[in-house]
Amino acid sequence: MPAELSILVIDENRMRASIIEDGLREAGHRRIQLVHDVNEAARALERIAPDVVVFSLDNPNRDRLEHYFSLSRVLERPIAMFVEQSDRASIEAAVAAGVSAYVVDGLKKERVEAILDMAVSRFNAFAHLKRELAEARTELEERKLIDEAKGILMRTRNLSEPEAYQLMRKTAMNQNRRIAEIAQSLITAASLLEP
Amino acid sequence: MPAPEHQITAGFMPLLDSVLLVAALEKGFAASEGVSLQLVRETSWANIRDRIAVGHFDVAHMLAPMPIAAMLGLNPLPVPVVTPMALGLGGNAVTVSRSLWGRLADAGAPADLAAAPVGAALARIIASTERTLRFAVVHPHSGHNYELRYWLAASGIDPARSVEITILPPALMPEALAQGAIDGYCVGEPWNSVGVDAGGRIATVKAAIWRSSPEKVLGVSERWAASNGEALAALLRALYRAAEWTNDRANLDEVADILSQSNYLGVAASIVRRGLSGELDLGERTQRVDDFFMPFGRAATFPWQSHALWFYSQMVRWGQVAHTPEHARMASTSYRPDLYRNALGPTGAAIPSASSKVEGALLSETPVGATRGRLSLGPDGFFDGRIFDPARLEEYLAADRPSRA
Repeated sequence: MPAELSILVIDENRMRASIIEDGLREAGHRRIQLVHDVNEAARALERIAPDVVVFSLDNPNRDRLEHYFSLSRVLERPIAMFVEQSDRASIEAAVAAGVSAYVVDGLKKERVEAILDMAVSRFNAFAHLKRELAEARTELEERKLIDEAKGILMRTRNLSEPEAYQLMRKTAMNQNRRIAEIAQSLITAASLLEP
Repeated sequence: MPAPEHQITAGFMPLLDSVLLVAALEKGFAASEGVSLQLVRETSWANIRDRIAVGHFDVAHMLAPMPIAAMLGLNPLPVPVVTPMALGLGGNAVTVSRSLWGRLADAGAPADLAAAPVGAALARIIASTERTLRFAVVHPHSGHNYELRYWLAASGIDPARSVEITILPPALMPEALAQGAIDGYCVGEPWNSVGVDAGGRIATVKAAIWRSSPEKVLGVSERWAASNGEALAALLRALYRAAEWTNDRANLDEVADILSQSNYLGVAASIVRRGLSGELDLGERTQRVDDFFMPFGRAATFPWQSHALWFYSQMVRWGQVAHTPEHARMASTSYRPDLYRNALGPTGAAIPSASSKVEGALLSETPVGATRGRLSLGPDGFFDGRIFDPARLEEYLAADRPSRA
C-alpha cells in the first residue's frame, strides 16, 4: 500500500470544491485540504506540502499560483504538471472540463490519473448541473412570458385561452421563431400601445 | 464576400493589444479574407499556453516571450510555438501607489514619465527604506517583467534583492495597489488607467524605457502553422488590415467603443481611449505620450528576430534559462518573418528587407530598406542609451553577468 497522498484543492467556487472533495473521499483519500483563495494557497503549500494540487482553470490567479510553485521551498524539485505524466487524451479532457492538476515529480502516473479523472468527471457533472439549472430557469421565465402574452390576446382580441395559444403557436411556426419570442414581441408591442 | 474557407479559433486576454484580433472580427477584415474567426476570452496566460498546446486554440494573443519559452522547453507541455506576427509595439506603463508617488516626487522624480530620473528617485528611496517595496507583473515570461527589471537594474536597483517582484493577473492589480498589497505594477493598458482612477499614479511608461519596443504577438503552434499555411496567411492579412484601421485616428472612438464591450475588455470606453490615443491621465495631470501604443506603421507587426533575441538575453540575465548557442538559435528562429513575408508579400505591404536589426540605435525616425513602398523605423532607444546588437549577443550577455569579485 503506497503512502497516502496529500491533496490540495484550490477553487474559488466553494460548491464545486466540496463536490471534488466528496469524490476524493469516496475514492479513499483522507488527506485533503480545500482552499478558496489563492493568497491562502501560498501558505497552504508551505504548511502541507501537497503531492497533488487540483485547481480550476477559470481561476484568474493561475499565473500567480504557478509563480508560487516556482518559489515554494517545500517542493525541492521543480513541480511538474500532471501533463508530463499523462497521455494527451486525458490532458485534453481535463483542459476541456476546466480543471488541471500539478503534482510533485516522481509520483506514479496511475495514481495521479485516477485523481485527475475523478476531478474531470466531477467538474463535468458540476457544469452539467449548472446548465440544467439555467435551462430550468429559462423555461420558467418563458412560461411566464407566454402566459402574459396569452392574457393580452384574450383581452384585446376576445379569444379563449386555447385560441390565444394556438394563434401564437401558428405565428411562431409561420415566422420560424420560438413561441417565447413571439410572446416577448407581443408584450413589447402591447406596452408601446398602452395609453 | 467569399464564403469562409478557414475556421480559426483564437484565444485572447482582455488587454488593449487584443485589439487587432477584435477589429479583424468586428470590422469584417477576417471575413473578407475568407476567415471565420472565433474569439475566446481567457483568464490566464497559463490557460492560453495550455489551450494552444492541446489544440483548443489555433492561434492566440500571447506575451512576446511565451513562444520563446515554449521553444526553450520552459513550459509543461513540450509543444513548439512560433510567432509569425507581432501585435503592435508598446502599450505598457508602471503605475505606483499614491504614497509611493509622493515619496518619489520628494526624491526628485519628475512628473513627465522620464524613465531615468524617476528610476534614480526610486533608487534613493530604496536605499533609505527598511521595508522592501513590492511590485507586480503579469507573468515571469513577459515584456512587463523584463522591462521593469531592465529599468530597475539600469537605475542601480537590484531587481532580485532590493525589491520583491510578484505575479498578479492584470485586472486585480488596481485593487491590490489601492489596498496597499503592492507598491506598484507594470502592466498593459487599460489596467494602468484603471489603477489611476483607483488612486494610483503612472510613474513611467514602456515607451520611455525602450521606445518602439515589442510587447504581444500572435502565437501559433508550429504544427498548426505548417499544416494550415493558407488559413494562417489569410489571418495575417486580416490582422494587418485591422492594424491599419485601428491606427487611423479617425476610428479612435469606434475602436474604444468596441473594446469596451463586456465580451472584450468590459472597461469604460473613456478609459480604453487613453491608451489608444496616448493621451494618458497620469493621476494629477494628463500627458500626451508619443508612440505609447503603436499597432501599425514603423513595421509594428513585423516579427523581428532581434526582438526574440533581446527577450532571450533577458531570460538568460534573470536566470530563467542557461545560455548556449543552441538556445539562442531556438529563440531566434521561434520568430518567423518568412511566414509574415509569404502572407503579406503579395499585398503590397511595406515589409522590411532585413529580419533582424540593431535595437536601440535609432535616435530619430529613419528610412530603411523595404521590399516595396517606403518604410521608416525608430526612434527606438533604450532610456540608458545601451544598444543591443544581435550579432554581438555574447558581449551583451557578458556585460550583464554579475562580476565575481
